[in-house]
Amino acid sequence: MKLKTNVGMVINLDKCIGCHTCSITCKNTWTNRDGTEYMWWNNVETKPGIGYPKRWEDQEHYKGGWENKNGKLELKQGGKLFEYINIFHNPHMPTIDDYYEPWDYDYEKLIKAKPSKYQPVARPKSKLTGEYMEKIEWGPNWEDDLAGSPEYMLKDPNITEDLEKEITLEFERSFFFYLPRLCNHCLNPACVAACPSGAMYKRDEDGIVLVDQDMCRGWRFCISACPYKKVYFNWDTHKAEKCIFCYPRFEAGLPTVCSETCVGRIRYVGIVFYDADKVKEAASAPEGDIYSAMLGLILDPTDKEVQKLAEKEGIRYDWIDAAVRSPIYKLVKEFEVALPLHPEYRTLPMVWYIPPLSPILRVMNSKGYSDIEIFPAIDEMRIPIKYLAKLFTAGNEEPIRKILKKLLAMRMYMRAVQLGKEEEFNDKILEEVGLNRKKAKELHRLLAVAKYEERFVIPTTNKEQFENTFKEQGFTGYDYKPPCDFCKGH
Amino acid sequence: MQEATVQVGITDYLFWVALPYTVLTIFVLGHIYRYATDPMSWTSKSSELLEKKLLRFGSMPFHYGIILVLLGHFIGLIIPKAVHEAFGLSDHVYHIIAVTGGLFAGFLTLLGLIVLTYRRFAVKRVLANSSAGDIVVLVLLLLVVLAGLTATLSNLGGSFDYRDTIAPWLRGILTLRPDPTLMANVPIIFKLHIFLVMLLLAVWPFTRLVHVLSFPIVFLRRSRVIFRRRCGDMA
Repeated sequence: MKLKTNVGMVINLDKCIGCHTCSITCKNTWTNRDGTEYMWWNNVETKPGIGYPKRWEDQEHYKGGWENKNGKLELKQGGKLFEYINIFHNPHMPTIDDYYEPWDYDYEKLIKAKPSKYQPVARPKSKLTGEYMEKIEWGPNWEDDLAGSPEYMLKDPNITEDLEKEITLEFERSFFFYLPRLCNHCLNPACVAACPSGAMYKRDEDGIVLVDQDMCRGWRFCISACPYKKVYFNWDTHKAEKCIFCYPRFEAGLPTVCSETCVGRIRYVGIVFYDADKVKEAASAPEGDIYSAMLGLILDPTDKEVQKLAEKEGIRYDWIDAAVRSPIYKLVKEFEVALPLHPEYRTLPMVWYIPPLSPILRVMNSKGYSDIEIFPAIDEMRIPIKYLAKLFTAGNEEPIRKILKKLLAMRMYMRAVQLGKEEEFNDKILEEVGLNRKKAKELHRLLAVAKYEERFVIPTTNKEQFENTFKEQGFTGYDYKPPCDFCKGH
Repeated sequence: MQEATVQVGITDYLFWVALPYTVLTIFVLGHIYRYATDPMSWTSKSSELLEKKLLRFGSMPFHYGIILVLLGHFIGLIIPKAVHEAFGLSDHVYHIIAVTGGLFAGFLTLLGLIVLTYRRFAVKRVLANSSAGDIVVLVLLLLVVLAGLTATLSNLGGSFDYRDTIAPWLRGILTLRPDPTLMANVPIIFKLHIFLVMLLLAVWPFTRLVHVLSFPIVFLRRSRVIFRRRCGDMA
């Protein structure tokens, strides 16, 4: 067994209101430079919908992720030979129009225009060419909240023929929910594997996936290899860029900007220990089993043997403590309420999603819920189980049912508590989903009360282990050797 | 072999001794300087994100063409004629192979270059994001290839054998035994081709062409997922 640490995030879709605060604060922090305007390291999509870039989930088109080719794990886009042959033109690389053409407005005109007969207007100007754009036909979140449906919504790659009849645009039965997306800092990252330059790597101490900007040569295979399309090409520096899990904050024990600023407090950040020796096996599992194989990878940090192993790896006490208190471990492994996005891409993503509940369509009798009978109604929720399964379990509907039942049971119990009817509560409801009163309260506290200190359990990086911090003193934030003036113009 | 009585003037020394060494110095030191001082700028400068369809029909033929061209030049210029003969390659057979292979690869390269040049100027997004260096490189490459093809076409009969003149001159330069007399009777079109190549080599380290040196070789045998351990003073 080879114990390693990886960052993790849980996103509770049940509480996401689609306000895009995470996307905006991320953009303001990291991607408001030339060449990055079109990048949204974090974005929020409406599901069902096309997404960003357009139809990113259509891997028959984009060829992202891994494939199990007769027992051998290989990138879907092709092996090393494929990359050598296509290094001069990557056939699977998206173009800027798959995202959108970035633009700005001619704001100056509003204040500098001379008096005239007509009101001055700020016309859109392309960031790529500097020319005016006559009509903007696509942009970020163009199809937000099902805008433009059915034209766009039905193009969702998850809506296959068998689902089409369940997806309806009839107002009373229609549904949508939000899906915030960022780099998953995968355990088996396809982007890292595809990089010909060796510029992409996972950090040994926390698994954050980064691009070494000095080593990137712009060969572009990471961009097509990432099935989530979360590695972007900076058209100004001609290098790849991606979410860095706000590592300067993370190292200081702070959550990522997207998590920190989430108004719904739906995000959880922490670390998990996993068995690196089993990664290949889990990534090669049959599609429907990948989720459970992923759970199998994650080690129990409260286990004394695991702790001993961690110590042997040189992991300090504060990190082991953070793993024990990790909300990621709790939600993913202990309560089993969080799922990976498209596990069938075989990258073993470490951003997990709690699937959303939705109203039950059947008209209830006047007495309301009749306790245990509520469970069969899971299948009558507005969001079809089948659709959620396509997103989070490669089509395996059982884990989705289990989680929704668990969330529902917790709500029923807490409602009873709130109404002073705890004594009369039928414990069977909790037992059926593997909870008890204590556990249900714990889960409720984590999901609904969601205290800052419980959502974010982040150990500070032990820099003293590998850096001479005394020598660094006085240089914080500045390169030791400033780049010379001659070479800035290339 | 050349007669010892060939007259060489100061111009010959300038063009076929001083210039090549100046260019090689710029080439080597320029790369080192740029790598050391500004690694962030070292990239293939791909514009595939902005335009993809034309790129396929430009970049693919150009790159495969130029690789074949370079291979041909290596066989014809770096490998001595004696080695060709040792392999039983007669002048006539060598010439036929060189001309047909060279023309094929040359025209493939030219075709790619024409598409790439058209793309660079006709696609607004690409043009707007082109640096002066990109244009210079493109024009120089076009001139080099055109001169090279013209030289080949002007010598279809094979009356001029560069393996007795240009090849030993080049090997002389690379082995620090320059001999400008070898270049004295070379047809002007060949000289022009070589001169343009030297110009290209001189600007090379300061343009996108640096990516040639970064062709991924380690990748071939590398493990797929890389972990990087921090290493600082204490490691």
